[in-house]
Amino acid sequence: MFVEEIFRMKAPCREDMVVKGYRFGKGDKAACILGPVRGNEVQQLYICSQLVRVFKELENNGCISAGKEILVIPVVNHFSMNVAKRFWGVDDIDINRMFPGNPEGDTAARIADGIMQEIRDYSYGIQLASFYMNGEFVPHVRMMETGYQNTSLANLFGLPYVVVRKPKPIDTRTLNYNWQDEKTAAFSLYTNKNQEIDATSANQAVAAVLRFLTRMGIVRYESHSGYISHVIMEEDLSNIHAGSGGIFRGLVKPGEDVRYGNLLAEIIDPYEGNVKETIVAPTDGIVFFAHTENLITESEIAYRLIHRLHA
Amino acid sequence: MIETICSIELPVGENLQIKKNRITCENATGKEGRIVIVSGIHGDELEGQYVCYEMTRRLKEHPEYLKGIVDLYPAVNPLGMDLAQRNVPKLEMDMNRIFPGSTEGAVMERAAAALVDDIVGADICIDVHASDKFVKEIPQVRVSEDFAKRLLPFAKLMNVDMIWLNATATVHESTLAHTMNMLGVPTLVVEMGLGTRINRSYGNQVVDGIFYLMREMGLWSGPVTEVKQPLVSTDGEVEFIRAGHSGIFLPSIEHHHRIRKGDKIGEIIDVLTGTVTQEIVAQKDGLVFTLREYPFVYEGALLARILTGIKGGFERCL
Repeated sequence: MFVEEIFRMKAPCREDMVVKGYRFGKGDKAACILGPVRGNEVQQLYICSQLVRVFKELENNGCISAGKEILVIPVVNHFSMNVAKRFWGVDDIDINRMFPGNPEGDTAARIADGIMQEIRDYSYGIQLASFYMNGEFVPHVRMMETGYQNTSLANLFGLPYVVVRKPKPIDTRTLNYNWQDEKTAAFSLYTNKNQEIDATSANQAVAAVLRFLTRMGIVRYESHSGYISHVIMEEDLSNIHAGSGGIFRGLVKPGEDVRYGNLLAEIIDPYEGNVKETIVAPTDGIVFFAHTENLITESEIAYRLIHRLHA
Repeated sequence: MIETICSIELPVGENLQIKKNRITCENATGKEGRIVIVSGIHGDELEGQYVCYEMTRRLKEHPEYLKGIVDLYPAVNPLGMDLAQRNVPKLEMDMNRIFPGSTEGAVMERAAAALVDDIVGADICIDVHASDKFVKEIPQVRVSEDFAKRLLPFAKLMNVDMIWLNATATVHESTLAHTMNMLGVPTLVVEMGLGTRINRSYGNQVVDGIFYLMREMGLWSGPVTEVKQPLVSTDGEVEFIRAGHSGIFLPSIEHHHRIRKGDKIGEIIDVLTGTVTQEIVAQKDGLVFTLREYPFVYEGALLARILTGIKGGFERCL
């Protein structure tokens, strides 16, 4: 294992911002795994740290394939993480909306460029990412529909779902989109948590990455075969919105099977304590996303369901 | 007449509301033209507050001159404004990246869709922004090159100092301006001043321009002030000056002034060691139309923007 400096930026009154990379094996740039670019992605940091731990063991045991190199960048934006902010600096910029970056651009664009220069030539790119909505997901692999996306490869992670998103203009500045644009087979891995660590789900992500790398001949690692992933288009998910604001009492969790008419959640009047609204399943399906905060705003997405087509 | 165009119930005892003040001419027939002024998409940009206020004040003072409808939306991101925060609080999303929104979408997508729906059909829309809290801007209209042919004649009536063609994100896809232009409502983006501040002089300048524009469009018959002939960015070339080092930026020049090649723009200092880490010198003659106000900089931070190589010379700058 070699630890090296991927990117450095001087700070006016903090230690320099140093992004570290951990390289395993030697040879072709086979796979790159990237951790948090947002300061609240603690689960993602934990997953990357566990991957570094496992790769160290695998390398010591000769289980990194000859001629293959893996790069892990456990965290990009620890500067925000250390001050409990989601985005970068006083500018409050989302670095994941600054790719591919620009060496002559503003600060966040330079950070994105510095990272991109190091990760662009890898065959496979895996980002431990977070979604803009607060809540819990079924663990899945997500990718932008760029024309280069390869859902068959995404299946090899063995997670239950592969989600393909049609990019909106705002998505064209994300790492996933730009990594694909650079001809890297890019995947974003989502587990159920961001700010808190869920060890079970984190271990599932670690296993998924190792399973994928094993199947691509990059490492040798004994693991069970995982799921045969179900590929879904994001627009095919059913969004269930809250009809009113209040205290949210969710009754089902991601991954649960629900039937048409099942009670999913209650919204409680925050002053008088009565149930002011019940949210029921509009279709048979599986809960893909669940709002988990205790408060909810009218029209906020409470659940996203995967339609169940066959009973 | 005050109308609420969007109301969404927040969790506890409050609604997120986007309000509009519609001012209609006397003896309206229903066939009048309509101008729309939008402000506050970014919660830390307050220049539009004065513009909306001053528009209303002048219209109330002389309702007899109004020949159409004026719709004012002073605060379309009211929660962001309440916190002087650019993005929508909690979601941490830039509202000006979610247009045209969706009537079936999440909270702010619905708000965006409601705003678009309410504006559609207007004869012109002006989206008033300030700068962020870091750099100060002269009054300017930003226009995407895609719509320049249609928008330039309107922009030149706005009494601004500059028209910037193909400026960055403010006029691009997912913005209100791009959406409305695509929907056939000519929409101009005005930028001026500094975030979280109001520059009354800039505000009056732009309001004068809006009344001039209204008169040219047949929406106003009252007296107007002659407008400035703005510089257009294609008259020269916009040069970005960025920090090469992290530290504290001390400008040596004034905003909205011309500089000559070799003039010192400012310096970046290291406070701890008491040293100058970078001296920034102009590489070309030009007009400083953007200047950093917030001194704390990381490498890459925008320090100034200069319109260089202006055809017709410096006399046109001031």
